[in-house]
Amino acid sequence: MSLKVENDVGDMVWSFSNYNAFFKESIYWYTFVRTATYSILVTFLTFVVTFPIAFYITKVVSPKYKGFLTILLLMPFWVSELVRVYGWMILLRESGVINYYLMQFGIIDKPIEMLYNDVSMIMGLVYTSMLFMIVPLISALEGMDDSYIEAALDLGASKFVIFFKIIIPYAAPGIVSGSIVVFMLTLGNYLTPNLMGGKNSLWFTEQIYNQFIASFNWNQGAAFGFLLLILSSLIIWIALKISKQNLSKALS
Amino acid sequence: MIRSLPRSKKYNFAFLLYITLFYVFLFAPLVITCILAFNNSDFPTLPWKGFSLDWFLSDTRERLGLFHDENSLQSIFISIQTAFFVSIFSLIMGTMGAFLFEREKFKFKQAFYFLALLPLVIPGVILGISLLLATNSAGTYIEDTFGLDISILRPSFWLVIVGQFSFISTFVLLVVSARLKKFDDSLSDAALNLGATKLETIRYIILPFLKPALIGAGAVAFLMSFENFNTTLFLVGSDTTLPINLYLQVRDGSTPIINAISFLLIVTTSILAVLNLVLTKKEVK
Repeated sequence: MSLKVENDVGDMVWSFSNYNAFFKESIYWYTFVRTATYSILVTFLTFVVTFPIAFYITKVVSPKYKGFLTILLLMPFWVSELVRVYGWMILLRESGVINYYLMQFGIIDKPIEMLYNDVSMIMGLVYTSMLFMIVPLISALEGMDDSYIEAALDLGASKFVIFFKIIIPYAAPGIVSGSIVVFMLTLGNYLTPNLMGGKNSLWFTEQIYNQFIASFNWNQGAAFGFLLLILSSLIIWIALKISKQNLSKALS
Repeated sequence: MIRSLPRSKKYNFAFLLYITLFYVFLFAPLVITCILAFNNSDFPTLPWKGFSLDWFLSDTRERLGLFHDENSLQSIFISIQTAFFVSIFSLIMGTMGAFLFEREKFKFKQAFYFLALLPLVIPGVILGISLLLATNSAGTYIEDTFGLDISILRPSFWLVIVGQFSFISTFVLLVVSARLKKFDDSLSDAALNLGATKLETIRYIILPFLKPALIGAGAVAFLMSFENFNTTLFLVGSDTTLPINLYLQVRDGSTPIINAISFLLIVTTSILAVLNLVLTKKEVK
């Protein structure tokens, strides 16, 4: 992994000015922190949304439908992310499908702009990264013996206790590996924030892109890229320390 | 709570409702995209104005159907080319890597394995810019020192391939490794005892055993390369791949031709995905 950061000001001088710019300019800071917090939020939301599904497929539904539901689950994710985001844009935008039906049924009389805000952006990010959470969750839950839950219930444990004392610890490796992948994908995502977030939803990858393509300030962009890499590694390292898991186990 | 235990009606109902909503959420954007590809309207929105194949077949100036839009066709073609090369290279490299890490012993194996897995946790954007920086610096250096202009070091078709290859081969490595772990060594030992050379053993015993994994990994590699955006964005030259081309169209306002392209993509990838699943399913049984 060779990330070259050359800091040249005018004529090739080594300096930290690129990094200084990052720390001085509040917009960069703001985007940086925002991207990090939103990525964590998206990771958490993805987990909350997909966990019941994984649980349903592995533990509740009759085995007859299990394969079918799994295939159905995987299919949309073979389709390019761009197409999926585009689908959401058609649904949500001012002249979009949802607005059309809301107007038809007389619920609203003026179209609402549902796209281009943080909520839709987060929803889009959750949507695009669900698969990477659900697959590890399913494989983790599949290995769990149902008799644990049965025994706990026989011994009088409440559902709450069962969930936090049995299911979560058992699924922990799956949760961690899913979370890492989702977090990295979200942090490094360019398409979804760019297309669904609109102008006021800044994402750090957009800053990098702008530095490279729009301003042609490659060195600044490289500095940003390096910062993003440090940030992501740091957050994952902290998360692993907190959850007491390790990276090589989570990856395999 | 679970299959073997009695559940309350309310619990069942709530769960079923949630699952249904989830699947609607999952498929809504795709279904609507497909439907609107056949809408006889100039904009990818409702109201429904009747069924039409214009966005595929028409050849007028106002409505340029997909099969007459050279720009889109060209980008599809380039994407297929890219994905083809990337999956071939990744398959070769990933399989060799799997053999290396599963069957050989050497110094610092753990460290190298860790390095090999690293691309999985590096955001694609960073992969793209680091490759762009590295090749560009190398290109400038060579041009300044030797006066040679090496086109491969500038954003181009081949640079995109290198960029995608650098992380897709890691996926191939993982898939093939998983399969190779299950290989029974006594088979290859027997072959060697019976006088087969090492190459023959690989050719006739190990490769057939790996075949399902290789096909699966190849399909995944092809799809991943075909739809890659983040890394490609920085490396692409004048030949834009389909995702980049689509992105530009979506961003700059769109006609239903995007729906037509999306429809084709959705249908073909679904077929590929189902085929892939069926093939791997058979192997498990």
